[in-house]
Amino acid sequence: MAVDLILDSLPRLLQGTWITVQITALSVVIGFCLAIPLAVLRVSSLRWVWMPVYAFIFYFRGTPLLVQIFLIYYGSGQFQDLLSQVGLWPLFQSAWFCAVLSLTLNTAAYSAEIFRGGIQGVPYGEVEAARACGMSGTLLYRRIILPKALRIAWPAYTNEVIFLLQASSLVSIITVMDITGVARIIAARSFAFYEIFLTAAALYLVLVYAVLFVFRRIEQRISAYLTVSS
Amino acid sequence: MFDLQGYGWILLKGAKLTIYVGVSSMALAVVLGLVGALGKLSRSSLIRFLLGCYTTIIRGIPELVLILLVYYGAPTLIQDICGLLGYDIYISLNPFVSGVATIGFIYGAFSTEVFRGAYMAVPRGQLEAARACGMNSVLTFRRITLPQMMRFALPGLGNVWMVLIKATALISVIQLPELMRNADIAARATHKPFTFFFAASLIYLGITIASNIIQQWAENRANKGVRRA
Repeated sequence: MAVDLILDSLPRLLQGTWITVQITALSVVIGFCLAIPLAVLRVSSLRWVWMPVYAFIFYFRGTPLLVQIFLIYYGSGQFQDLLSQVGLWPLFQSAWFCAVLSLTLNTAAYSAEIFRGGIQGVPYGEVEAARACGMSGTLLYRRIILPKALRIAWPAYTNEVIFLLQASSLVSIITVMDITGVARIIAARSFAFYEIFLTAAALYLVLVYAVLFVFRRIEQRISAYLTVSS
Repeated sequence: MFDLQGYGWILLKGAKLTIYVGVSSMALAVVLGLVGALGKLSRSSLIRFLLGCYTTIIRGIPELVLILLVYYGAPTLIQDICGLLGYDIYISLNPFVSGVATIGFIYGAFSTEVFRGAYMAVPRGQLEAARACGMNSVLTFRRITLPQMMRFALPGLGNVWMVLIKATALISVIQLPELMRNADIAARATHKPFTFFFAASLIYLGITIASNIIQQWAENRANKGVRRA
């Protein structure tokens, strides 16, 4: 095994790690902010409110992420004239922007479905009690439903973030230099395929366990009151 | 917009290969999952430890990295080892074989957990009763445990299949002419990327919807004779 080669390429792989972290973190944060309102709309009883949201969720969960990335990155080229007119073309020309956009939409769809499960898991008695106290609408959601739903959904949401972190490796296919992108270039030039890809795999494992650690901490904090008795 | 310019058939050919890849990998994943689940429940702590490593490590590494690792890395690793032993050989893997092996191996780890949960959900009394009737462990597993396990395992296996069929798109990276790769070829030839990738995504959606229907049917079948609350 070419140990010196791994050591030599480590700085570049770490730069790739930083790109992976940036892209994942950005998509997770924006995706989270999109997923909460989507989940609230999804449980609406009005058909014209929940149906479009459901269609969005269904499409993004039912098709491979790779297709979504290609649709946004290569597919936008078919609408170049239109996008130039509204001034968005420079954004869609950038692989980095398209990567974040597709990962964000993808995770928003998956997370919205997870949070919907959380919202529907809130005990009806709590909602009734809040209503009896005079809460309704935004206040009810903000104080009672969303905090409770988030606690219920958190373990499943942790899984989704782990999946997104791993899925971010696909952006290497549209030339973004994340861990996988850097590894592919180094491996193709040096022919040290298994050494470099194993190193990349190890870097992902470290990231996954770091995310797990952080999310467990958050889980302990947001449901601290539940663990007192046990 | 939906003028496929005569490239429609190439998408359908790709879809056929995608389904082949999906079904073969799923078969491998189910076999690995069953073996893995039995191993995880075995008395040997070494087997349990090794399987624990398999499921945690595989689930922590992106599919794409594993596909590249197997397709490019495995042949060079074998060549290097043979080189050290003094044999000079050249190996290259077939994209279909290495793709199916990798995807099956990854989702074998996921179905191991599905089967482990399902096994534990079968009431102990059923196994004791089978023993009392004089069945040996193989017969008990085949006649009593497996049929009852499937009822608990099907929803989980359905999820594994849904993720697996979408993961097959990644094999396009190692040039296997499945749906995604063929859509890419058609998109480049016609300069209509959106049209072809959108058409491909609709085919994937069709596969997902059909799988949902089949899963529902299989679950109903497995739940025959079970009273619903």
